[in-house]
Amino acid sequence: MNKPKFQKRSLFMLAYVVFALLPIYWMVNMSFKTNNEILAGFTLFPNHFTLENYKTILTDPAWYSGYINSLIYVGINTVISLLVALPAAYAFSRYTFLGDKHVFFWLLTNRMTPPAVFLLPFFQLYTSVGLMDTHIAVALVHLLFNVPLAVWILEGFMSGIPREIDETAYIDGYTFPHFFVRIFIPLIKAGVGVAAFFCFMFSWVELLLARTLTSVNAKPIAATMTRTVSASGMDWATLAAAGVLTIVPGAIVIWFVRNYIAKGFAMGRV
Amino acid sequence: MSTTTKPVNQKAWFLILPMLLCVAFSAVLPLMVVVNYSVQDIISPERRVFVGTEWFAAIMRDEELHGALLRQITYSFAVLAVELPLGILLALSMPAKGWKSSAALVIVSLSLLIPWNVVGTIWQIFGRTDIGLMGAALQGMGIEYSYTGNALHAWLTVLLMDVWHWTPLVALLGYAGLRSIPDAYYQAASIDGASKLDVFWYVQLPKMRGVLMIAVLLRFMDSFMIYTEPFVLTGGGPGNSTTFLSQFLTQKAVGQFDLGPAAAFSLIYFLIILLMCFVLYNWMQRVGTQAKEAGHE
Amino acid sequence: MARIELDLAHAYRPKPQQDSDYALLPLKMTFEDGGAYALLGPSGCGKTTLLNIMSGLVTPSQGGVKFDGQDVTQRTPQQRNIAQVFQFPVIYDTMTVAENLAFPLRNRKMPAAQIKQRVGAIADMLELGDQLNQRAANLAADAKQKISLGRGLVRPDVSAVLFDEPLTVIDPHLKWQLRRKLKQIHHELKLTLIYVTHDQVEALTFADQVVVMTRGRAVQVGSATDLFERPRHTFVGHFIGSPGMNFLAGRSDGAVFETVGASLPLAAGLALPSGNYKLGVRPEYLTLAPANVPGALAMEVRQVQDVGTHVILSAVREGALLKARLAPDSTQLKVGDTAWLQVMGAHTCFYKDDEIVA
Repeated sequence: MNKPKFQKRSLFMLAYVVFALLPIYWMVNMSFKTNNEILAGFTLFPNHFTLENYKTILTDPAWYSGYINSLIYVGINTVISLLVALPAAYAFSRYTFLGDKHVFFWLLTNRMTPPAVFLLPFFQLYTSVGLMDTHIAVALVHLLFNVPLAVWILEGFMSGIPREIDETAYIDGYTFPHFFVRIFIPLIKAGVGVAAFFCFMFSWVELLLARTLTSVNAKPIAATMTRTVSASGMDWATLAAAGVLTIVPGAIVIWFVRNYIAKGFAMGRV
Repeated sequence: MSTTTKPVNQKAWFLILPMLLCVAFSAVLPLMVVVNYSVQDIISPERRVFVGTEWFAAIMRDEELHGALLRQITYSFAVLAVELPLGILLALSMPAKGWKSSAALVIVSLSLLIPWNVVGTIWQIFGRTDIGLMGAALQGMGIEYSYTGNALHAWLTVLLMDVWHWTPLVALLGYAGLRSIPDAYYQAASIDGASKLDVFWYVQLPKMRGVLMIAVLLRFMDSFMIYTEPFVLTGGGPGNSTTFLSQFLTQKAVGQFDLGPAAAFSLIYFLIILLMCFVLYNWMQRVGTQAKEAGHE
Repeated sequence: MARIELDLAHAYRPKPQQDSDYALLPLKMTFEDGGAYALLGPSGCGKTTLLNIMSGLVTPSQGGVKFDGQDVTQRTPQQRNIAQVFQFPVIYDTMTVAENLAFPLRNRKMPAAQIKQRVGAIADMLELGDQLNQRAANLAADAKQKISLGRGLVRPDVSAVLFDEPLTVIDPHLKWQLRRKLKQIHHELKLTLIYVTHDQVEALTFADQVVVMTRGRAVQVGSATDLFERPRHTFVGHFIGSPGMNFLAGRSDGAVFETVGASLPLAAGLALPSGNYKLGVRPEYLTLAPANVPGALAMEVRQVQDVGTHVILSAVREGALLKARLAPDSTQLKVGDTAWLQVMGAHTCFYKDDEIVA
């Protein structure tokens, strides 16, 4: 490897890491302080280190239920998105059929719709079928933008696999489901990892629709966090702690899919 | 979609049926409702008057809308101009193997997994001159920094927040694209005596075209629809300097509670994004083809 | 063009204890300038590793590589001036065919006029002349492989061209065309060509000398004829030929070879001290003999396959299977008959511990 270039790149990487972590560090810093300390002065490190804020969140059901609710509907959504996207992406990648280009484009247009546009219709729809304030409602609503994205990403990865592999499998006597699950999906593991990651991500962070469709039972953590203003002013400390805790599930998800994102394609290993 | 010869098979419809049902349920039904509202004057839940295209015409004439649209377009282009090169550079700098690779992936992706209101909150705090690191630092350097009072400062802060938040998306997609390039290409380039710049321009960038296209489209669409983060950070201010289209729509719909015009605007909003994406997509396809035909130089 | 000398070994770990720790067991080999060689062997035998060591993509853990007497072990592929063609076509998608071929020369700052002439010459040789201005990405796999090859040939001073199973993605009916083209190029340019493959037909038709490898060992280097007539290792006997060599295990007492319940007299002058041996004889050299002739075995016919150009007769005796390749219409034998096969002859080889002794 060319030595000087190598150093330049890792220097840039280091600079970006600092840039990325600085605001987060600041929030973590704040989460270990009391409100008084935050408003009183400016310290790079808490003078009086306290875990009070975290305790509040982990013991108060109003807070921690928010996390659990979010995790539930995000999980449901990711699973459904992948289950319907995988066969669809395969169809787009391998076959031509009547209307295929139009359907593909229509799919993408769903990703382009501002969620604000569907606010009221969703509200009325889910109220009328009695699914308001349920996890499944939010999970279904998020399918709107996650499924097109998953199909898009998976189709791209699938098209990189030579069709000879499919044909060889059929010649070897595999049935389609067997081939799809045992042979094909492992080959596109990177794609599945990326798609799962993005489904999780876009569902986890979405606030507007999730808040509109829930009130008590399925309220996500993001909605809970918008209610930290009290008589004594903004509760910065608890807010900061809550924010830090919203990053944790995401970090865990990335950790699990990191190998799939990192691996390249295996060429013709079947 | 790839356009090499694919066999015709109408049975493929079975494979896409589950997906169609899911998305249709989440999309077509609500859309029909919106279209329904957009051509009516809803004076009260019981009294509705069909007004045809009246709302659409009114919106096109709205000066405030033009202002918001212009602000939005400028913003989206600024976002793309910064995040695309930065994201590619980041993807190239991220280690490919080992523990450093996993660590880099986790750290870079962190900002993507923060709920959008929390992103707004983080930067709201970060930029304050009394309790925020950045605000205090800028003030310490002698700059009269205020994202609540100064329109340019507000713009730059919102842009910086978006770059911090979303560049990793471009980087992750680029990274996945890079990892799928077989070693043989690098080996052949080395044997051919190619410089590092050559390798980037002739091997890496062409092979990343697919994922970068996804990145550009995603970033453009999402920046055009942006709502939560700027709303939490600046509330659209000072004045309306950081009021972009989504906020404009919500203000009109919620504030004035006029469903008809709001629905009409929603449709126009959607169509604008659709049109721009269509143009962008075709332009990128053509640029890609031209580049291939003419070669480089 | 260069003469390549190898004296090396390559182990998976720093302190190799046994044979399985080695990807390549210690070997010494010379590839003469301008020769066409093939590295032949099954998957995992180390042939690609050997190729990559020669090209410089891998550094051997022990020993070194010399080009024309100079030690190049630490040099990069670019510095060694080799060209390598991979299993799948490696081309620059955004460039035309002409630009692809010109790329290595441009990087060496060759004058434009010279580049144009050189590219034209190589393109004509590869029959890509009328596709020079097409986008390389749109061509078929075999054309792309030709471009990959062309990028290697276009350099006037290329030392050797190394091929790593280059016909893998080529349609079968185009493979022979490319093989013929490679032979033509070898004839015209007189380059050192080294070709890795697991297909014996490719190896035997392409190369003057074939290196047969198995499990990290080069077991024999020789021409197609040598490998066929006198395989030095049972693996070579078994791998080369279709079907491969027949083997019979038995004992010698100096005068007679006992196997499958028969005594076969050893030819005078054939020194085979007492011990256990394997007798090897190719199906092509097994002939039908009249009954009870010395050196012939009585066997029961199990299968008679008429392959058109020849007949393959499979026969057994005491659990041992022999296959003979006979001319068509040379026999009326059917399944169940007794056939007498002459096993001893000029082409019969004897192996001790899998290595040839006589």
